Amino acid sequence: MITDHLPALLVVLPLLAAPLCWVLPGSRAAWYLAMVTAWLVLALAAAILSQVHSNGISHYAMGGWRPPWGIEYRIDLVSAYVALVIAGVAAVVLPFAGLSVASEVAADNVSGIYAAWLLSLAGLLGITVTGDVFNLFVFLEIASLAAYILVSQGRDRRALVAAFQYLVMGTIGATFLLIGIGLLYAMTGTLNMADLAGRLPGVSHTRAVHTAFAFIAVGLSIKLALYPLHRWLPNAYTQAPSAASAFLAGTSTKVAIYALIRFIYGVFGWQFVSQQGVYAGVLLVLALAAIVSGSVTALFQSNVKRLLAYSSVAQIGYIVLGVVLGTVAGLSAGLLHLFNHALIKAGLFLSVGCVFYRLGSVRLADMRGVGREMPWTTAAFVISGLSLIGVPLTSGFTSKWLLVSAVLERGWWPLALLVLLASLAALAYVWRVVEAMCFQGGERSRHPLPEAPLWLLLPTCLVAAANVFFGIYTDLNVGLAQRAAASLFGAGAMP
Amino acid sequence: MWSGHFHYWIVIFLMMCGFYTALSRQNLIKQVLGLNLFQTSVFFLFISVGYVAGGTAPVVRDGFEVYVNPLPHVLILTAIVVAVATTALALALIVRIKEAYGCVEELRIHELDSAEARSVRVKDHS
Repeated sequence: MITDHLPALLVVLPLLAAPLCWVLPGSRAAWYLAMVTAWLVLALAAAILSQVHSNGISHYAMGGWRPPWGIEYRIDLVSAYVALVIAGVAAVVLPFAGLSVASEVAADNVSGIYAAWLLSLAGLLGITVTGDVFNLFVFLEIASLAAYILVSQGRDRRALVAAFQYLVMGTIGATFLLIGIGLLYAMTGTLNMADLAGRLPGVSHTRAVHTAFAFIAVGLSIKLALYPLHRWLPNAYTQAPSAASAFLAGTSTKVAIYALIRFIYGVFGWQFVSQQGVYAGVLLVLALAAIVSGSVTALFQSNVKRLLAYSSVAQIGYIVLGVVLGTVAGLSAGLLHLFNHALIKAGLFLSVGCVFYRLGSVRLADMRGVGREMPWTTAAFVISGLSLIGVPLTSGFTSKWLLVSAVLERGWWPLALLVLLASLAALAYVWRVVEAMCFQGGERSRHPLPEAPLWLLLPTCLVAAANVFFGIYTDLNVGLAQRAAASLFGAGAMP
Repeated sequence: MWSGHFHYWIVIFLMMCGFYTALSRQNLIKQVLGLNLFQTSVFFLFISVGYVAGGTAPVVRDGFEVYVNPLPHVLILTAIVVAVATTALALALIVRIKEAYGCVEELRIHELDSAEARSVRVKDHS
């Protein structure tokens, strides 16, 4: 039955469609194919989530080879949840990409963009469903290589340098991960995550296993742009084509965070990571540093895409903070913020992409007065921005609320204060953009801009509406995140 | 300990050479070379971990008792493919950077970028 093979199809479908995009005559056909694939994948991800939700963990032996010898796809609630986020962002942003990419990328490369896009999607989804650590490394590299290509296609020549820097950092990160995996394999003789979780406690006192954790944590921290390893991110997000920025900001760092969650809770176990407080403590401090430095740096940016990129660094800090609190409440807040931040940043980057499509610039100074000319785009930006700040009735509020209460549950009220202060900084930098868009620049020389075309506006407003929807109907999402977090803790506590 | 683990010392030496080169050089091609050395050292780590003294290929025959696990070799074949793809992409990017900037030195590229950002009058005194 085809329904037995859903986990494999989730990866195989975009993987097969990617080369087709490349060979199809005309970039328009490639765009249609990419869109159809992304929406099919979204449907698959939703089907898998409902399957896992009702039947529990789904196992799939790739090629019929039994685990732990073969590669196992193991989908629990967390995997299905993150896969749905990834597929959702890709499906919503791709309709936007058509006009936006055509206006920003050289005509010869447009088909290639969609091929790279689908390859990246295949890699990202592969990471979420796989139950094999080496397979995870391979998928991470597929996703990253495609992401380097996406970044390099920006209109400015600085995009090339940004992509190259991203490539060097990303490859170092992936190689660190590979070293860690090699050490784990040397100590346990297995690559299957569930198998590793069973065997690691027996050798967890050895220096090799501790070294392995350090390498894996640092490698993934580069990929997820945890402060101070985030240097590649602002350039990459700023220089990438608008649609690619929205896609990558919503997905690639999120999946790296998922991989970190998987390693901490599904492979090493929280007990190992929290012992002597060293590893969890280091990650906690880095998360706080990310929140502070990202928020403060974002305040002083003059390029809106760069501002959003630094804000991403801070938001990643929030997610990691939730993950390393070591409680179900913290982890579910982290997962929820992973979902919400994907929505928020996709919304913000999409509305900035609309502005770029009409204006050809995303500098604050050039964006003065855009609010009056492009009211819908501006409204979408404001709504997503409110969600970023964490205003009630937006999705950002729920996750920040949960995060703060999880921090308070541990009794760390200064941290809770810090989270709230950083939200104030978010208010300040979102306000700077909104002020420039709506309240500045009455007398300019340029002609008034028309509102963005419907193909761009529709996805943008859809994401903004989703930000409000998930802020009002919180039960759907919060319950799912809490169940996912609880299931992960069940697995991590396994002896 | 020193003699028994000498392959680890080789791995660490290669790894540090590659890592340092990748991070410290201004020339983009040298960065890629460093990256390659770094990756290769990890391949060496995997292969040397998989070696069993006196072991043979895992083909069951009379007279052979000790076999070497072939899995690390297979993993490294995959990792080599990844590394080749990364190198190819990196070199392709360098070609494009050379076309766009006329150089492959990181410092010079940053100079050109900041010169462009300040829209300085002359940038042709190279």
